[in-house]
Amino acid sequence: MCLGIPGQISTITNAACYLAKVNIGGVLREVNITCIAEEGTELQDLVGAWVLVHVGFALSRIDEDEAQRTLQILAELGELQVELDAIQALGVSA
Amino acid sequence: MKFVDEFRDSEKALILRQAIHHIAQILEPCLQRPWQIMEFCGGHTHTIFRYGIEQMLPDCIELVHGPGCPVCVLPMGRVDDCVAIAENPQVIFTTFGDAMRVPGSQKSLLQARAEGADIRMVYSPMDALALAKKHPEREVVFFALGFETTMPSTALTVLQAEREGIKNFSLFCNHITTAPTIKAVLDEPDLMLDGFLAPGHVAMVIGLEPFQFIVRDYHKPLTITGFEPLDILQALWMLLQQFAENRCGVENQYARVVQTQGNTTALKAIHQVFATRDFFELRGLGSIDQAGVGMRPEYAFFDAEQKFKVKNLTMTDPQDCQCGAVVKGLIKPWECQIFGKRCTPENPMGALMVSSEGACAAYYNHGYGRDAA
Ligand code: SF4
Repeated sequence: MCLGIPGQISTITNAACYLAKVNIGGVLREVNITCIAEEGTELQDLVGAWVLVHVGFALSRIDEDEAQRTLQILAELGELQVELDAIQALGVSA
Repeated sequence: MKFVDEFRDSEKALILRQAIHHIAQILEPCLQRPWQIMEFCGGHTHTIFRYGIEQMLPDCIELVHGPGCPVCVLPMGRVDDCVAIAENPQVIFTTFGDAMRVPGSQKSLLQARAEGADIRMVYSPMDALALAKKHPEREVVFFALGFETTMPSTALTVLQAEREGIKNFSLFCNHITTAPTIKAVLDEPDLMLDGFLAPGHVAMVIGLEPFQFIVRDYHKPLTITGFEPLDILQALWMLLQQFAENRCGVENQYARVVQTQGNTTALKAIHQVFATRDFFELRGLGSIDQAGVGMRPEYAFFDAEQKFKVKNLTMTDPQDCQCGAVVKGLIKPWECQIFGKRCTPENPMGALMVSSEGACAAYYNHGYGRDAA
């Protein structure tokens, strides 16, 4: 109930009621997109956007750049550790 | 699935595990006792157990499983009210599946349904509204529960019902609010928490500001945390860095979903439909000031509490049930005298055994502490 599930908006089905079909893991579901619609922009522009769906409502767009940034931090952390390990190994053998 | 699989990557989990152990090793000699970190949200508890995250952590980190599972803190009296409403022959009572098995003082919704009440599980409050349209001769009640994460969906459903002029739909509103509940935990004198993993999906709605008091007034650092295993590990690592550098702030690990200001459209809908109650009772925590919301007078027409004149009695939990102490992190689930004996997921005595997000069910289902029981 509280967990969200990511999906991608595939079509706007009813603009007046803010309804869209969202592809969630290959299954199309009707989802209310009121909370992610921005004033002054066309709903049509949301097609293709990734959203987090909670009990039939999209409550947030998923920011692809931020997701990449998080994963990038972890990748760099891994590289750093490899280096640290190498330094440590050298220190022991030196 | 995109945005899921990447955050379950085991190689990256190992990197984080190593980074966490690294900081812990440096700081451990200065510690008098293990750090106690509370994951407030039941969704986090679920991930922690499912991926065995506790086993990956050094001994100096102890996770305390918090009360942030709305099903688990639902007081028995409110379940009784649900049953009373549902047993009205005029009513179709709709609910998220999670709430079906929570014990009331007489029976659960599941038992009431077996005895003939028309109780239906729905995926979304919109499904309940659709039922109301389909059955104009019946009264459709939706059991609204959850923290701020589920509030936008119920608020928007009420607004939709108003727009369409639907007269046979109402909410039995049991929404609860996160900040007062965390405050109640922090005011618990026996608790020695050092920091929090804060609920990412609540923050997605309300933003970061409502969490600032934890830092400002209680000097506990926290990380807003996502729900995949890498999210939890990274958030723990971020928290340890705050410990190591003697910082105390609200940090956001879940930036791909959570924006600083929250979701303004969702907040607007919430404030339009709901108003803070003076106090609300949470199971195990007792009555907490401003911990819940009810319907605003303008929306009284959609308020099941007024339509059906619910009794709203306080029912005390069975004597040997220790949900309260577990919810506050004072005892571990298996230390409850009836854990795994008279209280099991098949036959729950306390709400923490009901939902898979409840600490007791999580421990039981993953085989922990069973030997002790
Ligand atoms: S074992 Fe049952 S009664 Fe005891 S704390 Fe857990 S849920 Fe409550």
